[in-house]
Amino acid sequence: MTSDVVALPVLTIGRGTRLRRRFLRRPLAVLGLVLVVLFLLLAVFGPMLTPDPLVQNLSSVFADPSAHHLLGTDDLGRDELARLASGARVSLVAGVLSTALAMVVGTPIGLASGYFRGWLDAVIMRFNDAVLAFPFLIFAVGFAAIFGASLRTVVIALAIGLLPAVVRVARGEAMMLREQDFIDGAVADGARPAGIVFRYLLPNSVNALIVQATVAVPTAIVGEAALSFLGLGLQPPAASWGLMLTSAQQFLVQAPQLAIYPGALIALTTLGFNLLGDGLRDALDPREGR
Amino acid sequence: MGTFILRRALSSVVVLFLCSVAVFVGVRALPGDPALIMAGETATPAVLTAIRHQFGLDQPLPVQYVDYVNQALHGNFGISTTDQLPVSEILVQRIPVTLEIALLAIIIGVLVGVPAGIVSAVRRGRIADYVSNAFGLIGLSVPHFWLGLLAIWIFAVRLHWLPASGFVGLAEDPVGNLRMIVMPAVVLGMGLSAVLMRQTRSALLGQLSQDYVRTARAKGLSHREQVRHALRNSLTTVTTVLGLQLGALISGAVVVEEIFVIPGFGKLTVDAVLQRNYPVIEGVVIVTVFGYVVVNLLVDLAYAWLNPRLRVSGSAR
Repeated sequence: MTSDVVALPVLTIGRGTRLRRRFLRRPLAVLGLVLVVLFLLLAVFGPMLTPDPLVQNLSSVFADPSAHHLLGTDDLGRDELARLASGARVSLVAGVLSTALAMVVGTPIGLASGYFRGWLDAVIMRFNDAVLAFPFLIFAVGFAAIFGASLRTVVIALAIGLLPAVVRVARGEAMMLREQDFIDGAVADGARPAGIVFRYLLPNSVNALIVQATVAVPTAIVGEAALSFLGLGLQPPAASWGLMLTSAQQFLVQAPQLAIYPGALIALTTLGFNLLGDGLRDALDPREGR
Repeated sequence: MGTFILRRALSSVVVLFLCSVAVFVGVRALPGDPALIMAGETATPAVLTAIRHQFGLDQPLPVQYVDYVNQALHGNFGISTTDQLPVSEILVQRIPVTLEIALLAIIIGVLVGVPAGIVSAVRRGRIADYVSNAFGLIGLSVPHFWLGLLAIWIFAVRLHWLPASGFVGLAEDPVGNLRMIVMPAVVLGMGLSAVLMRQTRSALLGQLSQDYVRTARAKGLSHREQVRHALRNSLTTVTTVLGLQLGALISGAVVVEEIFVIPGFGKLTVDAVLQRNYPVIEGVVIVTVFGYVVVNLLVDLAYAWLNPRLRVSGSAR
């Protein structure tokens, strides 16, 4: 009885032939998907196919591209492509882990806040505003100072930074859904509040949350790069796109390409996720698309 | 309207209180003993005790907090532990630098982003729309620190048009000052203009599909008049976005000041954290949050002014 109620009202990702068609009709969305897939391939397989990104060779610094080093070498003679691939993996880990953390923590909070309203909502939203009021980098800089600069610190700081947006989206969904008949039906059926949040509100908010996640991942990727750029994220000799830009800044005259590669990868990855997010949002929006 | 202002003001005070407590506790959780840093590694325990006493570091936390707030309300944020200058003096020196860059960035952002968004919405599906959209997406995807590096490479290293880094005050050398801050401001403004373009576009498109615009069209109003009506209602979104972007703007300033080596508020923050300069960190964050809260209050009021319905119902959310 109750499970029928869940299945009815939404167009879920699962049965998505129509959805897929609507998504694939948008060239920019497809471009976004391609960019994201390329990024994933680079992050997952790149490090296996390239030389060790940490091995220095001081006799061939700033080398031009060759069969041996496809994109040349950096200021310490390390293989540039290998470092870019290794940096992609760092970005992927930072982006996905922090987004997952923010979603896992933020979704129930936001759903409960929007469903129960009242003082709980008031307290949560004030707190949310307070987190939002903090310029993220100033917070993250302090956070890194307290807990030490490392990938783990960066991931946690990013997750906290992403949290308010997740809470807000989940809350908005819950507020919209709670007015609908099938929730009244569930309440009449004797469903407990926690059951309503997890069994009814959560599955029906999945679409909005997925779109939010595609926005959160690139935000986190840029955040990791920015923190590493400032010296508060990964530490040398590790390869992170942000960190590579820091050292490239000193060699803008001799080797501008070292500043171009990592930055271009950050921009293309971010662009890919943004296009993918836009495309998903449009494809999922029942008012859009014909 | 009165209750509305009062409610927003009250919630601002709550936010300010929560943030100040968080900063106060957070800063004291930083590793490293400030007394030891001030006195140096060779200090005797007696000297350390004296320093702790002098700066009130031996008091319980709540006492320190009340004392700090009391002092802060009188404009006294303590003494910087690295250069022994009053924090308020340092802030007064650094804030205008960042404000100048941020203000210029906002002007650039609004002047580029809003018209681009309007053109894009009005000419939906035409070349101008595609160009604006491409610009918006690229502006959104290119991070400040990369744009900054590219700008330095092109305009300083290759073309020698502008200095790569450094700073002179506006009062000392207005032309030199402008040459120094134009790159940082443009870099900071580009991201903002992209966000504004996208938001203006979607807000205006939303308004243009409303019934009242259809009515205006039915009444025989020109296209220009229709857009003018819709535009006024879209501006509420733009003001809100501008308010929400303030945090991003401050974050951007931190990065941009680091790249262009500008002695502003952002660089002060990073340096203070790296040097464990408690009083400066607290001052920086309190001032940031205070500025943010005040600006958001103003944004809300502007919002109410632009959207008369809110003046009555008093719910701005």
